[in-house]
Amino acid sequence: MAQIPKEEHILATTSACPGCSSSLSLRYILKAAGADTVLVIPASCTSVIQGMYPHTAVQVPVYNIAFAAAASCASGMTAAFRRAGRETKVIVYAGDGGTVDIGLQALSGALERETDFLYICFDNEAYGNTGMQRSGSTPLGALTTTTPTGKVHPKKDIDRIVEAHHPPYQATAISAFPVDLYRKVEKALGIRGPSFIHLLAPCPTGWRFPHGKTIEVGRIAVKTAAWILWERIHGVLSVSAPSKGPLANPLPLEDYLGMQGRFRGIPPSLMERLQGEIDTRRREILGEAGES
Amino acid sequence: MKVIATGNYAVAEAVKQASPAVIAAYPITPQTEIVERIAQFVTHGDFPCDYIPVESEHSAMAACIGAAATGARTFTATSSQGLLYMHELLHWAAGARLPVVMANVNRAVGPPWNVWADHTDALSQRDTGWLQVYAATAQEAYDATLMAFRIAEDWRVLLPVMVNLDGFLLSHTMQDLETVDPGSFIPPLHLPHAIDTGHPAAYAPLTGPKDYYRFRWDMERSMRDARGVIAETEEDFAGRFGRRYGMTSEYRCEDAEVLVIAMGTLAKEAEVAVDRLRVEGTRAGVLRIRWFRPFPKLDLAGREVVVIDRDYSFGFGGVLAHSLCSTARIELYSVIAGLGGQEVTHGDIASFVRERKDGEEHWFGVKDDV
Amino acid sequence: MYEIRIHSRGGQGGVTAARLIALAAFRDGKHATATPFYGAERRGAPIVAFARIDENPIRIYSQVMNPDLVVVLDRTLVPVVKVLKGLKPHGTVLVNSGHAVTLDHQRVHHVDLTGIALAEDLVIAGEPVLDTPVLGAIARLGVISLASATSAIAEMFTDPRNVTAAERAYRELVL
Repeated sequence: MAQIPKEEHILATTSACPGCSSSLSLRYILKAAGADTVLVIPASCTSVIQGMYPHTAVQVPVYNIAFAAAASCASGMTAAFRRAGRETKVIVYAGDGGTVDIGLQALSGALERETDFLYICFDNEAYGNTGMQRSGSTPLGALTTTTPTGKVHPKKDIDRIVEAHHPPYQATAISAFPVDLYRKVEKALGIRGPSFIHLLAPCPTGWRFPHGKTIEVGRIAVKTAAWILWERIHGVLSVSAPSKGPLANPLPLEDYLGMQGRFRGIPPSLMERLQGEIDTRRREILGEAGES
Repeated sequence: MKVIATGNYAVAEAVKQASPAVIAAYPITPQTEIVERIAQFVTHGDFPCDYIPVESEHSAMAACIGAAATGARTFTATSSQGLLYMHELLHWAAGARLPVVMANVNRAVGPPWNVWADHTDALSQRDTGWLQVYAATAQEAYDATLMAFRIAEDWRVLLPVMVNLDGFLLSHTMQDLETVDPGSFIPPLHLPHAIDTGHPAAYAPLTGPKDYYRFRWDMERSMRDARGVIAETEEDFAGRFGRRYGMTSEYRCEDAEVLVIAMGTLAKEAEVAVDRLRVEGTRAGVLRIRWFRPFPKLDLAGREVVVIDRDYSFGFGGVLAHSLCSTARIELYSVIAGLGGQEVTHGDIASFVRERKDGEEHWFGVKDDV
Repeated sequence: MYEIRIHSRGGQGGVTAARLIALAAFRDGKHATATPFYGAERRGAPIVAFARIDENPIRIYSQVMNPDLVVVLDRTLVPVVKVLKGLKPHGTVLVNSGHAVTLDHQRVHHVDLTGIALAEDLVIAGEPVLDTPVLGAIARLGVISLASATSAIAEMFTDPRNVTAAERAYRELVL
């Protein structure tokens, strides 16, 4: 297995909150992508993390764009690069709000047109940049500033929506397993056409846990199968190593939810429902992975 | 009740009093606290309301239009990029003659990204048919929001109203606030053209060149009638609650030889500059524009004018400056200051007045003037 | 007019402290404003918050350039941010610290807000709560009355430990 390159493309100090999943993830994403890369970033935490004029913490070009427009901007950018004979990688790095809500139209269009780009949705399950309001990606029962007694609607299944566009590469990842993320980005960039990576980004500020626990929360997410790591290459699903054990024998969901202040007071009925959804998803994935 | 509150909280309190049936909400700095506070009120059951957390600002306005079309009172809040994202639907809400009320927390337009106070966002929407009022204190933001519902819903108006407050400077600054029980001040909404399956009609269908212009004239006629409705409403408000407003707010203008004209918090801070200038022997005054649409009729004859624009229209000039030039037909000194939250103190404002040159434009902070 | 500038890091309660001061001054019958200066929400970044207190209505929105009182909630900011910038010659400095702090200024007072918060178990998401105890210290400096300080705290926060911590800070401030 090839070594992860030592070269860094993001400075050690960014403007991220302490314990931020995103800046950790971006480090590995950029290692996989290399210097000939442009990051297209809509309004998101990353708009702040990259730093304020006249400084930037990111050593590749960062193209900041309006909230709804990242995927369509990337479409145009990639088309122009390819026409000019350049293989520059275009990576959209967007939050969940900018992907499943306001950015969904643009994403759908870019996928349908088979845009040659990588779209990474870092999902901290809320609008982080504006102070943690609910997004379509906020899970059922989670407390946010606009769901003071817990979200009443389920988390939007962006993976199924993306899957319906049949991209050649699709995967889930999490900041707690950076090597897995690195490999997936590498693979995605090696495939022509659209790639989509759904990256769960445990957020100490929004999920309300101490900032030293980010990796632990991520590991528990995987161990409880609340988050399942997989990739789908040309439609064929394979489960990633860290999720193999948990798929068969997950820890109880309570272990994961109990670490987070945003689920404090969640009624048992909702917890059961969430557990049920996890069990259903596990069965589906086991079934599909078993078939292939 | 006398409390202390930020501009954002003041708006949320007023909205609670007005009790809209449907509120669409989407976060954007520095407005977010308005929709968060309202979420708390609604969750708590403080007033009966369907709170729709939409997926974008375009959808926020679309949801307000849909709800308002049934005759329901609606509200939303936004800033800057969000307001711009709603743009085509701002035209729609006004053209559909819907009394939507929206708080816009004035913020600069990117790129580059900037979250601080700037009027370009709202002023770039000046042609949409929305009424626009600019608050300079938390109290005024509260009062203006209450009055906005009544003015918008008046049958002589039936146009949406945008209440503007400066990002961070007013939205996040805590100030004295006296809340009131509006009582009968805001009557129930009866929309004459509300959707009624008992009397079905097509809303905004394709309309040809022979007829379209008459709908646009109808909007303008209501915009003109709005002046009278605003005056009546503000008069009634003063009678009931003791606070009097107007299309403009004047400070030491009666004998002023030079007027500082501006909107929002800058105009309030300008009063401190004027006090200082007066001590120095300059008879200055502040004419604060509150209602930008409909634009006030002003008689500025015989005075020198220093206008401060917290905005700009590229290739043309400051929007407020040019609005004044064309309506009041005077030469003025146009200062462009405060863009993107640029710090402008009462000391700076006093300098603008001392350094004024009629007929010229000056970009504060920029060394080479064209 | 009495002007206060509060230096802290995002998440430490600097903005809340300014708001509490304004609320307390308001309860003292004065006019007061409180404003933060920050951008997009983020923990850990240096931020400034201002409070103004006056007998007359306050018409100034621009930043406090010449504070009468500078409050530093996080001592690690001292080498990073010019906390004394513009401080009036006879102005006062209050630093969250368990021991005396030497700054290039005369009146530097200190109180161990962090220690008090930890002792009262006033901790949220792993961080000691500083915005309520600091109010007690500020009351001791005579800027607001202790009665209004505690009533402001009680109005904003239900946990009574906030008031206890403020009262401790009032007593333990080292002049």
